[in-house]
Amino acid sequence: RAMELPPSHFPAARAAAVAVGYLRYLRGGPGRGLELRELRRARRQDIDDVGHKYYLELELEDVLDKDRTVNCTAEVLYHLGSKNSAPDVQVTVQGELRSTEEADKEFYNWIRSLEKELVAENIPDSHGNVPPELEPIHLLAWVASGYVIWQNSTENTKFHLAQVKHVKQVKRSDEDLQFDFVVLLHEMVSQEVLPWQVTLLWHPQRGAQVSQS
Amino acid sequence: HQVLRIVPQSHEELQKVQELQDLEHLQLDFWLAPRRLGLPVDIRVPFPSLQAVKAHLKAAGVSYSIMIEDVQALLDEEQMEMLRSSRQLPLDTSTFNYDTYHTLDEIYNFMDMLVAENPNLVSKLEIGRSTENRPLYVLKFSTGGTNRPAIWIDTGIHSREWVTQASGVWFAKKIVQDHANNEGVASVLETMDIFLEIVTNPDGFAYTHTTNRMWRKTRSRHSGAICVGVDPNRNWDAGFGDAGASGNSCSETYHGPYPNSEPEVKSIVDFVKSHGNIKAFVSIHSYSQLLLYPYGYTETPAPNEQELHMISAKAVAALSSLYGTQYEYGSIITTIYRASGSTVDWTYNQGIKYSFTFELRDTGRYGFLLPARQIVPTAEETWLALKVIMEHARDNIY
Repeated sequence: RAMELPPSHFPAARAAAVAVGYLRYLRGGPGRGLELRELRRARRQDIDDVGHKYYLELELEDVLDKDRTVNCTAEVLYHLGSKNSAPDVQVTVQGELRSTEEADKEFYNWIRSLEKELVAENIPDSHGNVPPELEPIHLLAWVASGYVIWQNSTENTKFHLAQVKHVKQVKRSDEDLQFDFVVLLHEMVSQEVLPWQVTLLWHPQRGAQVSQS
Repeated sequence: HQVLRIVPQSHEELQKVQELQDLEHLQLDFWLAPRRLGLPVDIRVPFPSLQAVKAHLKAAGVSYSIMIEDVQALLDEEQMEMLRSSRQLPLDTSTFNYDTYHTLDEIYNFMDMLVAENPNLVSKLEIGRSTENRPLYVLKFSTGGTNRPAIWIDTGIHSREWVTQASGVWFAKKIVQDHANNEGVASVLETMDIFLEIVTNPDGFAYTHTTNRMWRKTRSRHSGAICVGVDPNRNWDAGFGDAGASGNSCSETYHGPYPNSEPEVKSIVDFVKSHGNIKAFVSIHSYSQLLLYPYGYTETPAPNEQELHMISAKAVAALSSLYGTQYEYGSIITTIYRASGSTVDWTYNQGIKYSFTFELRDTGRYGFLLPARQIVPTAEETWLALKVIMEHARDNIY
């Protein structure tokens, strides 16, 4: 009852983007940026009174470890009349993702050691440059925008992070790092570039959490 | 102090400008000395000498433009950069930096240099003017003949897609190099002409430099429209106004009040119709890594869809062979989204059987903000795909 979809056609590509956004939120961090290398297979099932469910086989890569790829399967369920509810996503990663324990600790200690709260703008800049020390912040913006993309996607949208317009670290009394982002999201179908405010909490062991967006 | 730019078009003009060098009392500072016809001459003119210099030029019928209105005013950090880089303006297309993004003036200067260096192969045509009255330039590459069957390539129709204009600059130089070395597209040039419009939307492009890097549309203001700009890739007369474009002027896909309302679009329409012999038409965008063919406005397959699909497969394989960059391909409506009023749907319906749209690197990691170091690799791989299309058109004349 599931229809095979050509991976090169947009319905499958849009569902894959949702799965990647979700996975970035779940597994991304300052030392890990997951990207879609290839969509290998896609199927769609129309479930009466529920919605459309996509079954995907994805090949991913970590932008900081491009010599390897990782396979995963994903299910993306867009709810009927999905104006107000996020798609349900499940992702299963086959095998292990490269450990980022060292990089995470280093980043965490660096931020905690800053006297003044970190502030940055326009990542990347107009020419595509990202200063190397800000690459972890760029990747955390992927985590934050991954959440926003997952929460706001429908079958008629495809979002990408266009730019981090502004990021401000907010010092906290607990152990989490807090970053207040203004990100620009590019929506492919309407071609709009939309600003979005999102606050991200991150901890090396506990991972990421969006506290508001 | 003002900096004036003069591009001598005749030996008389060149001589008049050279005369100025001998008038020591004017205290002129030649940033770019007069050398050859068609090459820019830049002169910093102290305020007391401005009137005299302009009068001298006017009397001789030499036109000039004011490159910098007030040198003093430029002494703030950001514009110091421009000053420094304009002092280091490339002297020719071999010292031009292909590895970086350029401004509109730098690209227009590049075109003039390319023409001046290769007058027997390259000429510059002005096909119209933008809304803000900027010239719309097309480079023509031709080894002769009269109205030969031709290939059209445009880049930068959407201004924020910076890798496309940058690739267009690289393509122009590549065509000249291939011809000089009698390889690559030299064989295509034996029987066909190539037309290349590098900055198809100059108003938008200038705006991405001065104000909003993410600007996509033209900069037109139509009566009754609240917002500025029309999507030039929804303004063509093919399914105009159908689903796949917006009637809201504030939208990024606003189709405009009527087809060809945008001079950037109309000028190409007029050119294509009056030329009458264009056989392949390629419009270049970014990003997504796709090679697309008509239609966008309807699900009806293009009559020669099988052929277009086959050419796309070959072109994408060629592209991929260089750096392993993966592309998908197919019709616009199945591969990316429904889009009405798009460029290649119109050109295809005009009978240009080989009409294609590219979406260049990347797939979203940097998107529109592609790092400059990727410009040349992107242009190199795309060129291989373009050659497949051009050679197919050459070998399948209709």
